[in-house]
Amino acid sequence: MHGDELTRPRVEAPAAAPLLKLQSVGKRFPGVVALRDVSFEIARGSGHVLLGENGAGKSTLINLLGGALQPDDGAIWFDGAPYRPASPLEAFKAGIRVVHQELHLLSNLSVAENLLFEQLPSRHGLVNFREMNRRAAELLAEVGLDVSPTTEVSRLGVAQMQLVEIAKALCHESKLLVLDEPTATLTVREVDRLFEILHRLQAKGVTTLYISHRLEEIYEVGDQVTVLRDGQHVTTRPLSGLGIPDIVELMVGRTIADHGLSSAEIPVGSEALGVSGLKLAGDSPEMSFSVGKGEIVGIAGLVGSGRTEVVRALFGADPKAAGRIRIDGEEVDIASPSDAVAHGLCLATEDRKSQGLLLEMSCAENTTITDLARISWRGLLRRKTEHAASARLVRELRVKTPSIHQAVRTFSGGNQQKIVIAKWLFRGPKVLIFDEPTRGIDVGAKAEIYELLRKLATDGKGILVVSSDLPELMAICHRILVFSNGRIAGEVPRAEFDQHRILSFAFQEYGRVRDR
Amino acid sequence: MSEIAEQARKQKSSALWENLFRISMREAGVTVALVLIVLFFCATAPYFATSGNFLKIFVQIAINTVLAAGMTFVILTGGIDLSVGSVLALCTVVGATIMTDERLSAATSITLAFVACLGTGALCGAINGWVCEKWKLPSFIVTLGMLNVASGLARVVSNNSTISGLPQPFVEFGNLIFWGIFPSIFVIALGVVLIGWFILRFTVFGRFIFAIGTNEEAVRLSGHNPRAIKIAAFTISGLTAGIAAMVYLLRLNVGSPIAGIGYELNAIAAVIIGGTSLSGGKGSIIGTLVGACILQVLSTGLQLLGAEDNVKPIVIGTVIVLAVILDTYRNKFLRAMESRKGAQ
Repeated sequence: MHGDELTRPRVEAPAAAPLLKLQSVGKRFPGVVALRDVSFEIARGSGHVLLGENGAGKSTLINLLGGALQPDDGAIWFDGAPYRPASPLEAFKAGIRVVHQELHLLSNLSVAENLLFEQLPSRHGLVNFREMNRRAAELLAEVGLDVSPTTEVSRLGVAQMQLVEIAKALCHESKLLVLDEPTATLTVREVDRLFEILHRLQAKGVTTLYISHRLEEIYEVGDQVTVLRDGQHVTTRPLSGLGIPDIVELMVGRTIADHGLSSAEIPVGSEALGVSGLKLAGDSPEMSFSVGKGEIVGIAGLVGSGRTEVVRALFGADPKAAGRIRIDGEEVDIASPSDAVAHGLCLATEDRKSQGLLLEMSCAENTTITDLARISWRGLLRRKTEHAASARLVRELRVKTPSIHQAVRTFSGGNQQKIVIAKWLFRGPKVLIFDEPTRGIDVGAKAEIYELLRKLATDGKGILVVSSDLPELMAICHRILVFSNGRIAGEVPRAEFDQHRILSFAFQEYGRVRDR
Repeated sequence: MSEIAEQARKQKSSALWENLFRISMREAGVTVALVLIVLFFCATAPYFATSGNFLKIFVQIAINTVLAAGMTFVILTGGIDLSVGSVLALCTVVGATIMTDERLSAATSITLAFVACLGTGALCGAINGWVCEKWKLPSFIVTLGMLNVASGLARVVSNNSTISGLPQPFVEFGNLIFWGIFPSIFVIALGVVLIGWFILRFTVFGRFIFAIGTNEEAVRLSGHNPRAIKIAAFTISGLTAGIAAMVYLLRLNVGSPIAGIGYELNAIAAVIIGGTSLSGGKGSIIGTLVGACILQVLSTGLQLLGAEDNVKPIVIGTVIVLAVILDTYRNKFLRAMESRKGAQ
């Protein structure tokens, strides 16, 4: 399909027709339904805001619009014509421009080259640099970015890069500009500038779709709001008359299948892990918290709120600026993962494929990598011991595999996650940290993982679980720490668990401290 | 009850076969290729199938085999060592200088030269590894630097000349032939390969080498220090360059600052043909030995067939690339098979 077909203006379309219309759009990934039966419209020239919790399906929706993914069900109409871009380039030709949260600039090229990359002005196959820089300067002036078009992008700040992305969107006269959390890294002044530009664009008739975690600012950029929850469309309505509490109300309400689990009866002993005055960088806020023996403590918060950063720093995977860590009441010095492991602290990372597993190696080799001393004698491997240990863990955790010699690459997500847990159980730690332990795995395996966590707690281990799945945390935790914008915004004990309350904490710091 | 035991026994034996199959698949392809190539030349090339010719091949194979054995360790961790050729040159002149020192008795000088050769090589390798890890530089660059540094040092030590006149017992040992077909230097090379195989297959260190090549970050986050292991891998590569230098002295009886030019590329070729992945994590030292054999058999065979000297590199170059292409197909096949089993 050619872009021309997509962009052909439909004169017969009445002016009141929506610019974008989704009808029963669905998207599935292995084991997860990301979007289900989503239908809504975006009016021409409106400032539309898209909201939802982590995992509500916002990113998937944006990727469908941007051509990075294709829907499994349903249909999308854009500008009066069916819209089914096979690639980001087609989406872009059709007039939809997505400014992603992670910037997609070519950092070693100049600003001008980035801006006009898709259509470099040329003469006889040679780039016409003068023309390119002239046009780039115009675009930069339009977004009010005061840098030379010849500056290398890598030398710009994040905010400036963001503006370059937006200028890039301008130069192609997009009909729909999608902004995914553009203000996440901006200061107040830069945010104001951004809004100014958005207002100017809206005045020119550009429709915007705006995604943000900062609920205060959506009133400045939008008049319509769409809320997604758990992959489903909740509502699309005018923003006026809708308060922040109302919006939070619309976002919460996701439920989890009842596994009949409650961690409340697991007794909590003395402190297993204590953290005081932890600072990631010199100017970041201090945080202190503790986990008791037999206690499962959840860390909730939006993606990017500092959850992963904190647990990685705790584990010594990334450097920290300050902070004291106690394990079993004893102060320990953790400068690297090997220190952490030596003191009985372990971390099952968020990304199991790239950080947790030796994908090409066998199940046995993966389970024993944390403690090779246990399966060796004077540096020589004892394979029998290794295989027996691995087979025992595979049985205990009910990993489905024909053989412990199977490469873990071939395992399903749930079984891979079990191997990650198995390798830490093999080490026998005192405190276990899990970062998104159930991401991308099916319901059955999830339940098994919850059961495992509870069993570990019953055995007296301290457990810290980071998760974007709030109902999951509420089901398995004794206590939940809510992170917001790099600090602990609140702590909620089990008796007071309430999605509403937790989510309010999660959004809390974004409005208040915009200037960092 | 007995049924269960029977089932368990069956399962165990099938796992054993599976394991053997998996291990041997890695080397089986290249070994079959080697056998075919040997058979081809036996049938077509005059004098190829003589013990004299095999003796010659074994002599010529020794240096590259030793270098390639050490190179396998580095490549398995995902690195590369371009310096082994000139480190070998440096070690030959160091060894030859000591052995030609008239103040020392033959036995002392040989012992000292042995220690100095291996020590110099290991030191160069350790420096390679340390610089790579300390400043997080690609090993390609660091060892390219060492290639030049060691080459320069070799010239300085030797005063830009070849050093001959090695002690008689040393020369005699170099000429020794076991069972009429195995030259002493080939036996040394086989010994190095065997030790390397043992280390990679049976030690914790070997396990780490594979694990780091597979996913270094996962190893770090499992509570280990990959840096030390990687430095050790480079040290081993340097050490084998030192051993290869001794082999060079045994074979040619001169230390030369211009020895070993291009040897690193032959060593890398042997490792790659042997099925070790350049990105690390997969491969074997037995494969490397077979790879080194293939290179030398091709070279000798083509010569006996009367191929022009210019044709040889063309054929060998093609074979290197072909080997890697075949390797991708074999990996695909293995993966497909494993996935099918995993799905069951």
